[in-house]
Amino acid sequence: MEQSTWLSSLLIYLAAAVLAVPLARLLGLGAIIGYLGAGIAIGPWGLKQVTEPAAILHFAEFGVVLMLFLVGLELEPRRLWAMRRPIFGGGSVQLLGSAALLLGVGLLAGVPWAPALLAGLGLAMSSTAIGLGALAERNLMATRSGQSVLSVALLQDIAAIPVLALVPLLAVGAASQADGGGWLAAGKAFGVIAAIIFGGRLLLRPALRWIAVSDTPEIFTAAALLLVVATAALMQSVGLSMALGAFLAGVLLAESEYRRALETDLAPFKGLLLGLFFIAVGMSIDFAVLLAHPGLMAAVVLGFLALKAAVLWGLAHVTQLPLVERPVFVILLAQGGEFGFVVFQAAQQAGVMSGLTASFLVVAVALSMLATPLLLLGADRWWVPRLAARAGRSAAAKPAEISEPQHAPVIIAGFGRYGQIVGRLINANGLSATVLEHDAEQVETVRRFGWPVFYGDATRLDLLRTAGAAQAKVLVLAIDDVAQSLKVATLVRQHFPQVSIVARARNVGHYAALRRLGIDHVERETLDSSLMSGRQVLALMGWQPHAARNQALRFRQHNIELVDRMAQHLGDEQKLISLAKQGRQQLELMWAQERDQQAAQRNRRGWQGDEIDEQVDGHQASTATDIAARAAPGE
Amino acid sequence: MPRILVILAHPQLAQSRVARALATAAGQAGIEVRDLYALYPDYLVDVAAEQAALHGVALLVWLHPVHWYGMPPLMKLWLDEVFAFGWAYGPGGQALQGADLWLATSTGGPGPSYRSDGYNRYFFDAFLPPYDQTAALTGMRFLPPLVLHGAHRATAAEIDAQARLFAERLTCYPDWPELHTLDAAAPCPVPADARPAD
Repeated sequence: MEQSTWLSSLLIYLAAAVLAVPLARLLGLGAIIGYLGAGIAIGPWGLKQVTEPAAILHFAEFGVVLMLFLVGLELEPRRLWAMRRPIFGGGSVQLLGSAALLLGVGLLAGVPWAPALLAGLGLAMSSTAIGLGALAERNLMATRSGQSVLSVALLQDIAAIPVLALVPLLAVGAASQADGGGWLAAGKAFGVIAAIIFGGRLLLRPALRWIAVSDTPEIFTAAALLLVVATAALMQSVGLSMALGAFLAGVLLAESEYRRALETDLAPFKGLLLGLFFIAVGMSIDFAVLLAHPGLMAAVVLGFLALKAAVLWGLAHVTQLPLVERPVFVILLAQGGEFGFVVFQAAQQAGVMSGLTASFLVVAVALSMLATPLLLLGADRWWVPRLAARAGRSAAAKPAEISEPQHAPVIIAGFGRYGQIVGRLINANGLSATVLEHDAEQVETVRRFGWPVFYGDATRLDLLRTAGAAQAKVLVLAIDDVAQSLKVATLVRQHFPQVSIVARARNVGHYAALRRLGIDHVERETLDSSLMSGRQVLALMGWQPHAARNQALRFRQHNIELVDRMAQHLGDEQKLISLAKQGRQQLELMWAQERDQQAAQRNRRGWQGDEIDEQVDGHQASTATDIAARAAPGE
Repeated sequence: MPRILVILAHPQLAQSRVARALATAAGQAGIEVRDLYALYPDYLVDVAAEQAALHGVALLVWLHPVHWYGMPPLMKLWLDEVFAFGWAYGPGGQALQGADLWLATSTGGPGPSYRSDGYNRYFFDAFLPPYDQTAALTGMRFLPPLVLHGAHRATAAEIDAQARLFAERLTCYPDWPELHTLDAAAPCPVPADARPAD
C-alpha cells in the first residue's frame, strides 16, 4: 500500500512537470511558472492529487541547497572575498531597510510591534530559489545584476540565523533564555564553519581523488551528493543555514580539478529538486485564505512588493548598477521567500502571531513568488526596452568592464577563434590566464561555455593595468583588428617592458609592423594551417608523411626569413615583388638541386626497382634528412 | 685558447639533474653550449648552422644522458644530418679531422649494474664502440668519457662535484695528463670500393 502511494505521487509530480514546463516555455513564460502552475493544478485547490504540500516543500528545499553548492562552485575564494562589500553592505541595506519600512507600515496600520517586526523581517527576505533559479535560466549569473542578486541572497542566508533566534525573544513570557546557551551555540556554529573551511581545504580534494581513482562513476555521483548532504546536516545540527554550508563547500571546491565533474553530476538533481520545490510552492497557495480577503491580500502583496522594490531601486542607484540591469535586480529580490514560511511558522508556534495571520502571510509570499516570473516577463517587454532607450543603445548591450585587479601570469587580449585555442592549450597545462575581450556578444558567448572572460578594451592602459599587465609574464595579443592590435603592442612595450608579447598577425603587413615594434613572437594566422594542408597534399601524392612534414617545416623557415627580409622594404612594392620572386626561385632551385642529388645517389648505388617504386622513391627522398640518412655509413 | 663546443641533448632538461648541472657549469666557465632540444624543438636541424658552429673546433663535447644504451633521438638526428658524407667523412670530408671528441654522460643504473652479473649485463665500455668508431671515421680522437653512474640516486654534493670537475677540465684543456698517453687520431679514409661507383 505504502509503496503504491510513493509510486503514484512520483507519477503525479513527474507527469505534472513534464506536461506543464514545456507548455509554459512554449508560451514564453519560463520553466518556473510552469512548475508553479503544475503545483497549483495538482494541489489541494486544483485536482487534489496531493494534500500535504508542507512535507514536500520541506524535502524539496534540498534543491535550494544543491543550487547554492553549484553557485559556490562557480565562485573561487578570491572572488568571494572581493564580493564582501556588496554582501555585507548592499545585503544589509536591503534586509534592514526593507524590514524597517515594512515594520513602519505595520505599526501605522495598528499591528502590535512584535508581530509587525517578524512579519517585516519575514517579508524582507527574498526567494533564493526564484532569484538564482531565474538567473540561471536566463544565464545572467555572470552579469553585475546577477552578482548583486547573489550577494543579497547570501547575506539573507547569513541573517536567517539571528532572525530565527529573535522569534522566542519576542514571545510574551518567554524572556527566561538560558544565558550560557547563546554563547555555546555561537561557539558551535563557528566551530562547524571552521571545520567546513579547513576540512574542505585539506580533506575534500584527496577524498575526491581517491573516489575518482576507483573509477565507478555512480559512486562519484553518490560522493558528490553525500558531500552536500553531509555539509547541510552539519550546518543544520548547529542551527545554521544548510544552503550557506553547501555554498561554502562549493566555494572551497571551486578551484579543484573536480569542479566540472561535480557540476555535471549534481546539476540534474538540483534541477529536479528545484522543480519539485516550485511545485510545492504552487501547491501551498491556500486559496481559501485568498478568497476570504481578496482585497486585503492584493493590498499586502502589492504593498510589500512596492516597498521592497523601492529599497532595491535605491540600492541599485547607489551601487551604480547599469540602468538596463536594474529591473532584473529589483524584480528578482522583491518577492518574499521560502525563509518567510519558516519565520511565520515559528512565530505562530511561539505565539507571537495568530495562526490566521501566519497563513495569510504565507499565501502572500507564495503569491509574490508566483508574480516574480510574470513581472520579469512584463519587464522584458515594456520596462527594459524603455530603459535601454534611455541609457543609449550602445551602452545597453555592454556588460560591465573588468574592475577587480587580476594576477594571472598570462593575459590573453582577444578571445575569438585564435585566442581561445591559445587559452585552452595553456589552461589544460595548469596555467591560469586573464582573458580580455571587447566584443560584448563574444563575451556572452564564451561565458556561456564556462570561460571566465572579462569585458574590456585592451587598448586602454588602465584596463591593462587592472588585468595585471604590470606583473604578468606573457601577453597573448590575439586581437583581430590590426589597428587595435598595434595600439596594444605599442602600449605594452612602452609601459610594461617586462611582458613578453606573443602576437597574432592577420597578414604580412601586420606581421612586419609588429616585428618593427620589437615583438619577437609573431605568428601569421594562416601560415601554419596552410602548411598543414600543403603537407597533406604531398603525403596524398606519395611523399612519405615524415618527409612531407619536413618539407613543410623547411618551407616555413625559409618563408619566415623571406618575410623578415621583405619587412624592411615595406612600401616599396617593386622591391617587395622582386624579393618575393627571388625567394621563391631560391627555394625552388635548392629543392631541385636536392632532388638531382638524390637521383644521382640512387643511380650511383645502382638501385634496382620497378618503375613505380623508383618514381615514388624519387619524390620521397628529397629532403636533406633523407639524403644524409642514405649517405650515412653502415647502410 | 682552443675552440671548445658542448653539444647538449636532454629530452626533459627540466627533470635532468646531471646534464643540467654540467651544462650550467660549462656555461658559467664561458664555454659555448648548444642545447639541441631548445634549438630544434620541431626536430628540424639547421645543418648549415650546425656545421658552421663546428668549424675549427678543437674539443667537441657531447653532453647527454644514456637512454636505452645510447644517445637521445634528437642527438642521433643531429649526427645523421650534420656529419654528412663529404663533410665529416668520405672524399673531402675532413671538417672534424684532428679534433678531440669527449663524451660526458650519466646513466640511471648504478655502477655495479654494468657488470656481467648486474642487470645491465655488460660493462659500460661495451656500449661505447659506436662513439669510438664515429670519432675514428671522422678523424677525431675519442677521449676517455666522463661518466656518472646511478644519476637518480646521486646526492646533490656528488652532482656538484661532477659539474665542477667538468668545468675544470674544459677550462684547462688541452692540459690533461692523460692526453699525452693517447695517440693522435689517424685519418680513416673510406676505400673507393666501399660504395658503388658513380
